[in-house]
Amino acid sequence: MTIKEKQDEIIADFEFFSNWDDKYEYIIQMGKELPPMDPQYKVDENLIRGCQSRVWMHPDYKDGVITFTADSDAIITKGLVSLVIDVLAGHTPKEIVDAELYFINAIGLSSHLSPTRSNGLLSMVKQIKLYALAYQAKELQS
Amino acid sequence: MHDTVTIKDNSVLDVEKVRKDFPILDTLVFGHPLVYLDNAATTQKPEAVLKAMEEYYHTINSNVHRGVHHLSQQATDAYELARKKIAEYIGAKHAHEIIFTRGTTESINLVAYTFGKKFLRPGDSILTSGLEHHSNIVPWQLACEDRGATLKVIPIDENGELILDGLEKLLEGVKLVSVNYVSNALGTINPVREIIAAAHRQGTPVLLDAAQAVQHMEVDVQELDVDFLAFSSHKIYGPTGFGVLYGKEQWLNELPPYQGGGEMIKTVSFEKTTYNDLPYKFEAGTPDMAGAIGLGAALDYIQKLGLSTIRQTEHNLMAYALEALQEIKGLRMIGRSAHRAGVLSFLVGDIHPFDLGEILDKQGIAVRTGHHCAQPIMDQYCIPGTVRASLAFYNTPAEIDKLVAGIRKAATLLG
Repeated sequence: MTIKEKQDEIIADFEFFSNWDDKYEYIIQMGKELPPMDPQYKVDENLIRGCQSRVWMHPDYKDGVITFTADSDAIITKGLVSLVIDVLAGHTPKEIVDAELYFINAIGLSSHLSPTRSNGLLSMVKQIKLYALAYQAKELQS
Repeated sequence: MHDTVTIKDNSVLDVEKVRKDFPILDTLVFGHPLVYLDNAATTQKPEAVLKAMEEYYHTINSNVHRGVHHLSQQATDAYELARKKIAEYIGAKHAHEIIFTRGTTESINLVAYTFGKKFLRPGDSILTSGLEHHSNIVPWQLACEDRGATLKVIPIDENGELILDGLEKLLEGVKLVSVNYVSNALGTINPVREIIAAAHRQGTPVLLDAAQAVQHMEVDVQELDVDFLAFSSHKIYGPTGFGVLYGKEQWLNELPPYQGGGEMIKTVSFEKTTYNDLPYKFEAGTPDMAGAIGLGAALDYIQKLGLSTIRQTEHNLMAYALEALQEIKGLRMIGRSAHRAGVLSFLVGDIHPFDLGEILDKQGIAVRTGHHCAQPIMDQYCIPGTVRASLAFYNTPAEIDKLVAGIRKAATLLG
């Protein structure tokens, strides 16, 4: 599935929810289902600081695609982190660099991407793009 | 040991009637009636304040103190009347002891900079407390760094109260003490009389950050014998961007100017400038006339309701809220001082405050989450932050019930 197809699938899923509780329940469930992060990667250098909640993320590049492990101390943020990973992981650096993440706005959680809310998610998306850019540069060199 | 609040009478406000003075309280948030419990961040403004400011711009707007014309005189009169009202509200001896600033932060920065420049020498120290807002820490760090001085801290105990046992010793070498009257993060009312008395025994002046005090209880600078006092207009039902520094006349006369410009000078030549008298020496540039008039109107409004009536109303609501919150399974109060005003800071189970705040927001309940600009307190408790509900006299027991139900719902969702 392409990044766009995955995002459209999430948006379609969210359209089923008639009220906000169900939407949040789903996001929280996604957070709970995020595979635990290997403690060796849950270190300060992988920490993305937000004013309110913190996100740890570690990328892995293998066979031309990037995967991520991540965690957050706030469960709603963690659920969104899980969704972002679901959308982007397993794609090539170029696909990730070029990707436009529109699903967070579309499911009505745009406040999580607001710099004033600063909860780590926005910084995480930026960081993912930076990693992808670095891997892309590496690919071009080799 | 603690400041006790004398309540002159037991009358309480007719809150439903008072709420009509605050049109914003009728707002719907996500389809729910707004439950505004973020009053320690900023209070809402009564119609009387909005009207006073509008009227100023409609009828007498003009620059103060320099115009020869009629409007300028009217604006100056209204502006200086506001200064008198503020002086009376906090019991200052003279109106010229009231310096207008942009807020508590600027008031503290003004003293930190000017006092530091005049009186701080290498090896000296400034004493603050472990309960402070960043705005009563960082200005002093800057001053200390600049002057080669050190910043000392009165420690706090697990209830969020200051430990004053070692105060006499801590005061050695201290040139100024700067503490808050009421903690913005935990709501603790600090024993400031005891601190002021101890500091004065050693001839050390005291600055009180009263940003979370003046809207909840009577504060009389002469009775407290405090040397400097700072507060913000927007936390006491007045407009944003305006604040007050009170200083005893003799201290303000001793301090050098803070900023240079118009209004603060008597004569200017390229060789020598002489400075204006108090309070203008510290008020460079065209001031916020509407801000001053707005704050004046806010204080009139408060006095019309009666500060002791406000105090009793808020006291009853706080008691109700404390009891109601304690019914919630897994809720723990952060800061357990019995001497408390305005603020309830808490955590529920291991739920992150940000998650709880977001689910409350979805139910129209406005609280603050995070470290409340008081990271050292959160570090002491080893927590990332708290959920803070902060009360004003216009809040109701029914709103507390909604908060409790909202927290229960959030706990079910997040648990």
